[in-house]
Amino acid sequence: MYRYDEFDHDFVQARVAEFSDQVARRLAGEITEDQFRPLRLMNGVYLQLHAYMLRIAVPYGTLNSKQLRMLGHIARKYDKGYGHFTTRQNIQFNWPALSDIPAILADLASVEMHAIQTSGNCIRNVTADHFAGAAADEVADPRPYAEILRQWSSVHPEFSFLPRKFKIAVTGAERDRAAIQTHDIGLHLKKNAAGELGFAVYVGGGQGRTPMIAKKIRDFLPEADLLSYCTAILRVYNLYGRRDNKYKARIKILVHETGVEEITRQVEAEWQELKDADLKLPEADIRAIDAYFAPPALVERPEGDEAVKLARLDSKRFSEWLDQNVVTHRHPDYAAVTISLKGIGEAPGDASDSQMEAVADLAEKYAFDELRVSHEQNLILPHVARADLKAVYDALVDIGLATANSNLITDIISCPGLDYCALATARSIPVAQEISNRFASLERQREIGELKLKISGCINACGHHHVGHIGILGVEKKGAELYQVTLGGSADENTSVGEIIGRGFSSEEITDAIEQIVETYLGLRLDRNEKFIDAYRRVGPAPFKEALYAGETKAA
Amino acid sequence: MKVLTANRLADGEAVWYANGGWAEIIDNADLADDKAAEDRLEAIGATALANNEVVDVNLIDVTVANGVVVPVRLREKIRAAGPTNRNDLGKQARPEAARAA
Repeated sequence: MYRYDEFDHDFVQARVAEFSDQVARRLAGEITEDQFRPLRLMNGVYLQLHAYMLRIAVPYGTLNSKQLRMLGHIARKYDKGYGHFTTRQNIQFNWPALSDIPAILADLASVEMHAIQTSGNCIRNVTADHFAGAAADEVADPRPYAEILRQWSSVHPEFSFLPRKFKIAVTGAERDRAAIQTHDIGLHLKKNAAGELGFAVYVGGGQGRTPMIAKKIRDFLPEADLLSYCTAILRVYNLYGRRDNKYKARIKILVHETGVEEITRQVEAEWQELKDADLKLPEADIRAIDAYFAPPALVERPEGDEAVKLARLDSKRFSEWLDQNVVTHRHPDYAAVTISLKGIGEAPGDASDSQMEAVADLAEKYAFDELRVSHEQNLILPHVARADLKAVYDALVDIGLATANSNLITDIISCPGLDYCALATARSIPVAQEISNRFASLERQREIGELKLKISGCINACGHHHVGHIGILGVEKKGAELYQVTLGGSADENTSVGEIIGRGFSSEEITDAIEQIVETYLGLRLDRNEKFIDAYRRVGPAPFKEALYAGETKAA
Repeated sequence: MKVLTANRLADGEAVWYANGGWAEIIDNADLADDKAAEDRLEAIGATALANNEVVDVNLIDVTVANGVVVPVRLREKIRAAGPTNRNDLGKQARPEAARAA
């Protein structure tokens, strides 16, 4: 993985010193809250309902064991013993004292981490496929490009005060696991007919109160042109993006209002001015960054097949976990493991200090010291020898992280919601927990098959509800929580925005409604191979509306 | 009926104005039941903000039933108690709050 050079170290240390001074001056009353707020936000410090919240960047979701151990340490020493992994592949701590944040940032800097640009109207943490470097289906590892974007976008003087926040995602595979079409810029790393690497470039995706699917504005951008082209996009946005209305300030609105042809023309025109200048990436520089992401030396471990076969016979639960949470690796002797942070009835994405430390130990022992955070709020061990899978599983059982539910209905994405968040209008976590408990039976979950359920506690859509196969949006209506259901959303290579199915449900009704939707699907699917999303796309909303609301219509 | 609430500057702790200071639980918060009392609390909040004692100062609606102060909005109920999914966190986890409840 990437290692800080001298410049990176100095840069992060300087920022820690600068922000420590700002905190000290704030605590001494030398600067006001109005003056301090933008400074703390630039360093990932929010104020929520119960306390401050610190959001720490995990660039493209990649961590080593030392870093995860440090996150566990911070959870124990400065917070309340846990952290919350987010849909931007970051981690949030919900209870730090402002006076402790300088010490936390110093601890983070010691393991090459920081909280810079995890808030504010700047380019946020660049996300990537969590199986990057391991996936059997990828053309190349997308993370070197994410790292190049990170370096370029960090305190970029021109792009630190954009009309609104700006999010970039990169995938290196046809199968999109990074939700690139819901991003301000989505990059699909691919090869052209000549075998050269480049990107399909998508612009103007986003969720929030106005969900939009990104438009492809270029089918193939040579890799050397990555920064000049992104600069051209950002320049057009910075110039024409709306600053008069926060709710219309994202690039998705600009793309929508300008039209994809005109925006493409503007970007291409801007790019003509830039493409042959100093932003062109030298081949040697790209390869130098590439080298940081060189895959670990995966020695042959052919005994894995037999070991897995025997362990399967020995343990039904291991076998189920293998089927659900373990995916094919580009090396036949290895596999990528999803460590579910969605234990039945647990808060999605939360991990305790000791769990973080134990997972760090596992990564060190069995996974070449590599870890990922997925945007679906799970942890990943990207390179595990199949021969070691049983040992990893057993260790996960010991720490309560062996739930075999990856991609099933209880693998819920959920924002923190009104239990923590100052913006939320309704709770999300308790809804996720109740649904998780209702569908606790793994047998039932597996019978239902792949189903992506996503919950947001307000219209800002941090819980990605728009692109859930089933999406739930919590709002406040007449002083009570009300949950609106959308169906048919998807965040893969066939991205779609879910449709509101009808009137919302109270917190008492919502789990029954979800169960009704699932039962309806089970009743109408062609066979077990027809996933929920495929069945929905085939039949549309009518049967689900009928199941949910027919009684009401008749009664009325 | 209203009470004055904020978060303490140094640690972000949710606090309510009570008996001349900022209390960590809502129970004994100063109640305002007319415009004059609200104005008084608002002035206190503005001063405390200016003095850098607290941030995010708000007057919130409450009801009082059998001497117990209960916020009207769910958001404020959660601030006064803690996350509803974690009874071991927030005010609800503290002995003094548990006794009061």
